[in-house]
Amino acid sequence: MNVSPLGLAAAALPAGVHAQRVPVSSGQLLTACRLAWEQDGRLVALWASDERDRNRGFCVRAVLEDRDGLTLLEHQLPHADSHYPDLALIFPAANRMQRAAFDLVGIASDADDQRPWAWMASWPIDQFPLRRDFAALSKWEPGLEDYAFVRVEGDGVHEIPVGPVHAGIIEPGHFRFQVVGEKVLRLEERLGYVHKGIEKRFEAMRLDEGHRLAGRISGDSTVAYGFAYAQAVEAIAGTTAPPRAAWLRALALERERIANHLGDLGYLGNDGGFAFGLSQFSRLKEDVLRLNRAAFGHRLLMDYVVPGGVASDLGPDHVTALRDQCAQLERELDILRDIYDEHAGLQDRFRSCGIVSPELAAKLGLTGMAGRASGRARDLRCDLPFAPYDTLGVRIATAVDGDVAARVAVRFDEVKESLRLVRTIVDALPDATDREVRAALPEAAPFRLGLGYVEGWRGPVLVALESGPDGAIRRCHPHDPSSINWPVLEHAVIGNIVPDFPLINKSFNLSYSGQDL
Amino acid sequence: MLYILRQIARTGIRSEPAPAPAEEMIVVARLQEKVLRTLGRALTIRQVDAGSCNGCELEIHALGNPYYNIEGLGIRFVASPRHADMLLVTGPVTKHMAIALRQTYAATPDPKLVVAVGDCGCTGGIFGESYACLGRVANVIPVDVEIPGCPPTPVALLQGILAALARSAPKAAAGPGDPVASPSPPPDGR
Repeated sequence: MNVSPLGLAAAALPAGVHAQRVPVSSGQLLTACRLAWEQDGRLVALWASDERDRNRGFCVRAVLEDRDGLTLLEHQLPHADSHYPDLALIFPAANRMQRAAFDLVGIASDADDQRPWAWMASWPIDQFPLRRDFAALSKWEPGLEDYAFVRVEGDGVHEIPVGPVHAGIIEPGHFRFQVVGEKVLRLEERLGYVHKGIEKRFEAMRLDEGHRLAGRISGDSTVAYGFAYAQAVEAIAGTTAPPRAAWLRALALERERIANHLGDLGYLGNDGGFAFGLSQFSRLKEDVLRLNRAAFGHRLLMDYVVPGGVASDLGPDHVTALRDQCAQLERELDILRDIYDEHAGLQDRFRSCGIVSPELAAKLGLTGMAGRASGRARDLRCDLPFAPYDTLGVRIATAVDGDVAARVAVRFDEVKESLRLVRTIVDALPDATDREVRAALPEAAPFRLGLGYVEGWRGPVLVALESGPDGAIRRCHPHDPSSINWPVLEHAVIGNIVPDFPLINKSFNLSYSGQDL
Repeated sequence: MLYILRQIARTGIRSEPAPAPAEEMIVVARLQEKVLRTLGRALTIRQVDAGSCNGCELEIHALGNPYYNIEGLGIRFVASPRHADMLLVTGPVTKHMAIALRQTYAATPDPKLVVAVGDCGCTGGIFGESYACLGRVANVIPVDVEIPGCPPTPVALLQGILAALARSAPKAAAGPGDPVASPSPPPDGR
């Protein structure tokens, strides 16, 4: 984004992709966001930090993304009572991020909606965990909150509360439906049940060990987070991973995408009443996980990406096995896709269900895989290709219908493309003469801020990292694409029937742990 | 329909047989036998995510795939704690989930088993105890068996579930009022 028309000065920001940082006043924060919105930019993340120990009061940071890269807006607030403008008026997704920023740091926006989001009566409401004078080990008994859900009134309207403990094997969260008959008039989500204090936990870790925690923010995206964290650390330390390691990271990221998409395709079939789909796709996913363990040492690839590179090199046997598996999966995927496409009952469930129109998707900033199914042709691997995607030429998968069928179709296309990428990567690997996969990480200077930004299977994952003295982490804010997409799910179910909710929810498959932190 | 049948025929039965060639399969095959011998009836499990990163859930899901075929062993995941014999709990238990977890435990009929899953469920893991986390599952509800791993593999999960059953066996035999040990005769000869 070009901020010079606003009279603002941008400085370069160390990051895995092109990025700049711009200090802004309260008014400039709003105008910069408005300019970004007009230029089809979107809000990626918003968070606050306590910087009183450096005599800078508090700082609110917002990251915007457009085709040029990332723009970090930094707005200093002199003391805890000062407010910053409500960005949700421009980017609706800012609402929950602003509320969480208040719960954790105690800095409020001007918004009307001041309900708690991260806070759920488990610590005193006037204590803010991410302030530097807050003791991380403080013990309080969990309590019950009375959350102000928005209610719909009228003849025959009733309410269905669901969760936090759900009927399936899924993460906890609360859904409050307002329905008439079977039709959903309104859905409101109450998330935050798996808030683990991840950001505070980071502050007790060193830069060279934080990747382990990053890899456990959302277990299904462990490679994406590990990758983004490594990018951020390397940016701060002014180094990059060896070329072979960059290729292996991409290989792991694509295998993570394949495994998750295969699992989802199975569960989407199952939720559409087609158990055959689950048994077929869960078998294929297990094949992927087993080979992951043999080739990379872990079924889900946890701790494979490390700062400076990757944990291990690939053996020649594994290269062959990976190539063979691509062929097997491509063959089976074609068969299963035909079966899904031609199954009238399944298509009847998938089509016109849980629609997010391209217009709504643009307005709410729907991102990642779900965004691509609603006509948002954005994929970091194509738009801001981080190494080694700059040489891979990823073909983006999109659809315009924005329904469950479109999200299924995009998954099929993306698995196929990822299989092509895996093949390309393993074919290119044996030629590499330099077999170094892990470089030493130089000592990072304190108070440096760096970003990592990686297209995970769900969408773009951001890690904003700040170094402290002696190799410590001063502040780390990881951001999951789910935080942007959860509010869109509330819109996607309006007008659908309650029994279609599990199918619609699964078609997004958003992370609870990644948004709750 | 023809394509579906053809794919089913082509896939064949993938559930791992007793004389398995791979080491991983041998463990599964032995477990299958033991589960059937110990149980002789269905075991129902209610899974509770009390704070996990979702990694453990992915591996618990994998138990249902054709290779591990947990339903073929008579073990089934149920939608309500009121239908469950066992709670399979992942952690670390967050403060925000503590009340829900205690209520789920209370809603599960006796005799019940609790299996804590994953490094976080067993020890608090990398998250530990903090302003937001109560740590291991045993800090919140009684636990019978702990299955370590980050996340534990499906085979480890099966081994842990079996260990819980073995532990509960003497308890069931000793309890005269236990419905499994001494089923009461149906009233009026029905």
